[in-house]
Amino acid sequence: MIPAPFSYVAPTSVDEALAALAEHGDDAKILAGGQSLLPVLRMRLNAPEWVIDLGRIDSLRGVRDAGDHLVIGAMTTHHDVLHDPLVAEHAALITAAATDLADAQVRHRGTFGGSLAHADPAGDLGAPVLALGASFVIAGPSGTRTVPGTEFFVDLFETAIGDDEILTEVHVPKHTGWGAHYEKFVRVAHQWPIVAVAAAVRVEGGTIEHARIGLTNMGSTPLRATAVEEALTGQPLTADAVRAAAQHAADGANPPSDLNGDASYRSHLACVLTARAVLAAGGADG
Amino acid sequence: MTRISLTVDGQQVVDDVEPRMLLVQYLRERLGKTGTVIGCDTSNCGACTVHLDGRSVKSCNVLAVQADGSEVTTIEGLASNGQLHPVQEAFRECHGLQCGFCTPGMIMQSVDLLEENPDPTEQEIRLGLEGNLCRCTGYHNIVRSVQAAAKGATS
Ligand SMILES: Cc1cc2nc3c(=O)[nH]c(=O)nc-3n(C[C@H](O)[C@H](O)[C@H](O)COP(=O)(O)OP(=O)(O)OC[C@H]3O[C@@H](n4cnc5c(N)ncnc54)[C@H](O)[C@@H]3O)c2cc1C
Ligand code: FES
Ligand code: FES
Repeated sequence: MIPAPFSYVAPTSVDEALAALAEHGDDAKILAGGQSLLPVLRMRLNAPEWVIDLGRIDSLRGVRDAGDHLVIGAMTTHHDVLHDPLVAEHAALITAAATDLADAQVRHRGTFGGSLAHADPAGDLGAPVLALGASFVIAGPSGTRTVPGTEFFVDLFETAIGDDEILTEVHVPKHTGWGAHYEKFVRVAHQWPIVAVAAAVRVEGGTIEHARIGLTNMGSTPLRATAVEEALTGQPLTADAVRAAAQHAADGANPPSDLNGDASYRSHLACVLTARAVLAAGGADG
Repeated sequence: MTRISLTVDGQQVVDDVEPRMLLVQYLRERLGKTGTVIGCDTSNCGACTVHLDGRSVKSCNVLAVQADGSEVTTIEGLASNGQLHPVQEAFRECHGLQCGFCTPGMIMQSVDLLEENPDPTEQEIRLGLEGNLCRCTGYHNIVRSVQAAAKGATS
């Protein structure tokens, strides 16, 4: 199927894009890589009158070093994030998640910002970004504002980005030297996880000094699993200790039930996958 | 209508298209490049894979207007001077197809894969082709074809 007719504009600056949004407001939809939006339009689940393509705005692309954090432009493709040396060095958890995200063709088009703005609870980038304590820069008619990860994800496919706003960049605090692993559980290739766990750990002398854990598809938004982070802190990096602490992985989560598994199955998975992710992140054999 | 100007298989084209027109539709219906096929409605199968500015994309999941100013290579642009591309040759040699429906996409994705990684392991080939579905072969001969093409390219 093909989308319903729409008018198209491809601005070359954020200001022009904001002006187009202000003009067409409710009738407009932003197009980033199109890897989620175009399937939606083709299935006629949505039929905006205007499509505003961010693809010609060069300033939204790329990764840069900003001292204690990295700045990832919203229009940086999954492929470019995956191969970016700064991300690999300072935010290896994002590299790990991008490795397993979709397939090569989708990674060549789909963008970091588009994926986060889409806010699919099964999307692979929300959990790692939350775990690393990222914040989100959102541009609107009255300037830009910065929203912490905890406030960015609001609900299923819903974020703090307003109808007249654009996500421009994501700030990711550096986690240089941390071990990282993304453990994704899925039945078939190139698909969204049934559950996935993002883990970054700092291990000193065999003890877990710090743990950051994010959960994918364990609720209507990606989650930061603080209970299990606390349980892991100070534990030795051994299979028994990590598995015991990982029993807290689903504390406070409200996972969905669907054809892929019911809520209790997902909670069980979260515990098992957290143990695997933490052990792999710490460099221990599970 | 929006005016677009792009290069397809080495040829410059200029056209007025509806913004909603998909790149795959443009290639097939406007340019007659029916070598690129449509296998699904969900952007899962990869049969429509082409190269956009040198990288593989699913042309059913790109608007023609997004390709304005770009260079597109389809399966029809791979052979040169009557000589099959080494990856096409390898699929023929290794029996990397049965019905052939997935083949244009498989070959375009394999070319992209080998450009990025000229000497892939079997696992890397399987992962690299994860966005391309084949209902016939069971994938083994497709993987062998890519291995053969890689050997040819590296030896
Ligand atoms: C076959 C297939 C398999 C996939 N597998 C996975 C997978 O395993 N894991 C996974 O996580 N994802 C997967 N995806 C989705 C993929 O990651 C998409 O790239 C991503 O979800 C959307 O990014 P995009 O740049 O394509 O955004 P688009 O599709 O262009 O936009 C998505 C939504 O976000 C809005 N938006 C985009 N950018 C902005 C912005 N800067 N500011 C405000 N709003 C914005 C758009 O209006 C739209 O509503 C898959 C997709 C396909 C087709
Ligand atoms: S037709 Fe494009 S992915 Fe199936
Ligand atoms: S050869 Fe028939 S689908 Fe692959």
